[in-house]
Amino acid sequence: MSTFLSRLDPWWLPRALVLGALAFVIFGPLANLLLWTVAEKWYFPHALPLEFGFSYWERVFSPRGNAVESLTNSIVVALLTVVLSLTLAIPAGYALARLKLPLRGLVLLAFLIPQAFPNLTVYVNIARLFYVVGLNGTIPGVVLVHTTHGLVYAVWIATAAFAAVDAELEEAARSIGASGLRAFFDVTLPLALPGLLASAIFVFLESLDEFTGSYFVGAPDVNMLPLLLYTAGAGGNYQIASITALLLLIPSIGFMLVVERFLKVDVLARVGR
Amino acid sequence: MDASERPFLDLTGVTVSYGSTRVLEGIDLGIGKGEFVALLGASGCGKTTLLRTIAGFIVPDAGTVSVGGHDVTRLPPDRRGMALMFQSYALWPHMTVAQNIGYGLKLRRQSRADIARRVGEIAAMLGLQGLEARKPASLSGGQRQRVALGRSLAVDPEILLLDEPLSNLDARIRLSLRHEIRTLQQRMGITAVHVTHDREEAMVMADSIVILDKGRIAQRGTPEEVYNRPASAFVAAFMGAENVLTLSGSASGEGFAIAPGPFNAGCLVPDLLPTGGVEVRFRAEAGTLGPADAPPPEDGRTLRLAGHVVSTSYPGGIWRHAVRLGEGAADGATVLVDAPHPVAQGQAVSVLLPPDTFFVFPAAGDAPPPASDSRSGDRRRRLEVQQA
Repeated sequence: MSTFLSRLDPWWLPRALVLGALAFVIFGPLANLLLWTVAEKWYFPHALPLEFGFSYWERVFSPRGNAVESLTNSIVVALLTVVLSLTLAIPAGYALARLKLPLRGLVLLAFLIPQAFPNLTVYVNIARLFYVVGLNGTIPGVVLVHTTHGLVYAVWIATAAFAAVDAELEEAARSIGASGLRAFFDVTLPLALPGLLASAIFVFLESLDEFTGSYFVGAPDVNMLPLLLYTAGAGGNYQIASITALLLLIPSIGFMLVVERFLKVDVLARVGR
Repeated sequence: MDASERPFLDLTGVTVSYGSTRVLEGIDLGIGKGEFVALLGASGCGKTTLLRTIAGFIVPDAGTVSVGGHDVTRLPPDRRGMALMFQSYALWPHMTVAQNIGYGLKLRRQSRADIARRVGEIAAMLGLQGLEARKPASLSGGQRQRVALGRSLAVDPEILLLDEPLSNLDARIRLSLRHEIRTLQQRMGITAVHVTHDREEAMVMADSIVILDKGRIAQRGTPEEVYNRPASAFVAAFMGAENVLTLSGSASGEGFAIAPGPFNAGCLVPDLLPTGGVEVRFRAEAGTLGPADAPPPEDGRTLRLAGHVVSTSYPGGIWRHAVRLGEGAADGATVLVDAPHPVAQGQAVSVLLPPDTFFVFPAAGDAPPPASDSRSGDRRRRLEVQQA
């Protein structure tokens, strides 16, 4: 008993309170969201829904509900954005990591420029431009907009991933007869893969979440999940908004698990170096 | 060597700069087929740069590299028929030992069965049996070094380049691997270039030693030549002749006469040097300690120094004495001399240096700077004399 008391830190109470508050801040809204997805009837002043059921899920996934179309659009756009971003980021990241570019930091900063200006200004202008060339309201148009946004993460993380692969490993392959390309595909790429995977997931999530660009360039022809969420939320339809939000949440949780599983600390440490 | 016949690996006038810094300055080096050459020098002398230039990772600003009469100066590393072994071993962490060793063969599109057979041979030769399925992370330092060596040897390179491959190993493994690498190189008849900063390693492994100093070749010769006939004070110091004295003398008919000084008797050396100050270098084991009143040798070619013992130590096998030369003279020097028996501290002694155990060079102040052309021409003449 005495050992138990001596081991009991006098600070346990404030610490427990802080942690509890933190948990509530994080999980409170999530619990609320989950409740809303299964609430049939819920209004003030009741603390809990009056009726539970899955009828809104049926409405969301019904052929007229737009949700399936939005979900498909969102996923197709996200996947294409990942492909396009990585196609650009792999050579760019490799060059930035390997070549002793004097302006390396500047180049990396340049990718931040789309983020430096208010999104609205940028996307309204892009929308006007895309309208002229006929890209407005098309999937490729939305993919391009998302890529300008996702490229920052893709290039920064790819640079870090390639920088974490020792150049000598590549030279060892070169010296026993591998061409530059062969050494890249046999040695550098497999070793950088966890980092590239992380950048792919980042880009995927960014694309899934992206609203402003999707709204200006995509709507009303290309419906995306965040637009659906916005419409449902603005119309006071919390059930549909919550279900959509839940759909958006699934990939982020998957992302957390993958990061935990694959991403090496030394890759993360080199981001932005 | 026949003048019309080029050495197997031939470097002429190789000059390399990093930015505005000259790292290699007009390196001329010929290496015969099957020869084991050690590039020896302090860190920053350009030895690794020279190796990487041979390997093809650096394109020289000037000069050529040729192999078997073909100019390979601008050929990429993968088309030179060489294999480079790195100080860090650079094993691929995502491949097993067998995959690491077999990778070069896979590149040459050999069949799976052939690769497996060759990998088995190499593993047996290097004592790596049973480790084929392991990843490099689960190997010891010595095992990794063997895998790296096996990976280089598997492709049957014409030239094996070794970049300080033993420096990351502990002393005992290093000694046995020196021997193994040398034996394998001789058995397979591979031409090898070995970069090291370890004098003893270069001595025991190489047929020929190239000593680099500030991007230039200070001397090239067999281990016995560079040890016993260093071409410059730098080489002598690098080869362990750390005791240094500044004396003076004059040119005489058959050599150079060292003048008697406050702590040394006069003596004649065969080197052709101009009259003036000289730098005398010798190793601790070169001299013998005798009583202070020992008579000077009759031959007139033994250098006799007088001093007293200031301290003794026992590094093993012999006793090492620090001897202060000159009785309280301000310009005196302290030298280290070995002897089979300890001599008491404070005892007056004489140090006898028989001919050919000490090296005489023009004093640094009097000599032309080492970078000048006259000096390198002089050195080349010396080399020719040695080769003749």
